[in-house]
Amino acid sequence: MSEVRTLQIDGKDVAARSDETILCAAEENEIHIPTLCHLEGLSDVGACRLCVVEVEGTPKLMAACTTTVEEGMKVTTTSERLVAYRRRAIEMLFVERNHICAVCVANNNCELQAHARNVGLDHFELPLMHPALPVDASHERFVMDHNRCILCTRCVRVCDEVEQAHTWDVAGRGTGARIVSDLGMPWGSSTTCTSCGKCVQVCPTGALFEKGRSISEPKARRPYLPYLVRVKERER
Amino acid sequence: MSKPKLATIWLDGCSGCHMSFLDMDELILEVAERADLVYGPLVDAKEFPEGVDVTLVEGAVGSSEDLRKVREVRERTRVLVAFGDCAVTGNVPSLRNPIGPRAVLETVYLEKPTHNAQIPSQLVPELLEEDLPVHAWVPVDVYLTGCPPSAARIYECVKRLLDGEAPETVSEAVAWKFG
Repeated sequence: MSEVRTLQIDGKDVAARSDETILCAAEENEIHIPTLCHLEGLSDVGACRLCVVEVEGTPKLMAACTTTVEEGMKVTTTSERLVAYRRRAIEMLFVERNHICAVCVANNNCELQAHARNVGLDHFELPLMHPALPVDASHERFVMDHNRCILCTRCVRVCDEVEQAHTWDVAGRGTGARIVSDLGMPWGSSTTCTSCGKCVQVCPTGALFEKGRSISEPKARRPYLPYLVRVKERER
Repeated sequence: MSKPKLATIWLDGCSGCHMSFLDMDELILEVAERADLVYGPLVDAKEFPEGVDVTLVEGAVGSSEDLRKVREVRERTRVLVAFGDCAVTGNVPSLRNPIGPRAVLETVYLEKPTHNAQIPSQLVPELLEEDLPVHAWVPVDVYLTGCPPSAARIYECVKRLLDGEAPETVSEAVAWKFG
């Protein structure tokens, strides 16, 4: 049984269920915290560190999407320090792979690009890594372009939690980490993929896309995901 | 009092940013009235002059010649604007970085041509190992992103700099997005 907790977010007194996250409590009270790996309908993993907040009494920054509320907690969602960290987090996502917005299928429909604009990121202070990365076009309908992947793992989670195929997973560590299908086999030869396309729909960048999609072409948005999750819950 | 000196230069880019500059239509007359355009692809000057107030640098730094030019521009310019995504991030020209210049030259000049296949070595500058943004080599004062930046933002940027506004506040005022 969850209980009620009272806490402060940006000086505002709010109440939340004891099993809710700071992000959830903030959203219910119309306090906006930027997110990237979070997606309503999927579990939270705290991969992108964009939703970091300050919690009084701890020097560490906490990911709002994976930290549950506590009684008397005092949370700050915006400060110079937080903005600087968020900007640096986005910058690191950019320099780690080859994000060439101008020639990307997700140009103007990309959450990474939009976040960069929102935090005023207009150049990179960190050196660009320019890794040589593969593009897996072996699937009949879809493409996985590792150059644009930010390892948010939305595709992994939607495939596991909603479609329940678990075709995707993460292999390797650090900058060598990659999204892999079926233990590293080409996507096209996957025996678990149902070709449902949910991973393509939830991808925030141009890493997963439908074949034939051209640069800057908008894709269908994904309000259907919470709906699918509710249907699934009813079936159980 | 003489007018401020404005220059533009085209390095490793497609000239799209210069096209967008021209796309400001009649506002270009205002710019022409406010500043002397002393160097650039639109001007018949051979040497980059001394004492330039504002220079728009289009393109990344991809060759030894780009590097020589951008260093000269930096020495002779008060406010240097990284003009468009190639100058700011490397953009499309930097797509070659993961494979290196040798692989690019071999593909283009040895594998693809149907006759007289050879890598040009005379009268052309050497490609650098990596195609990098301008600020990887010289300090940049204003970043004007976009592929290309819109004519309105170019005008806004140039106008504010000619008005003597500080580069940092101009950078913030014209901030937009990549791509």
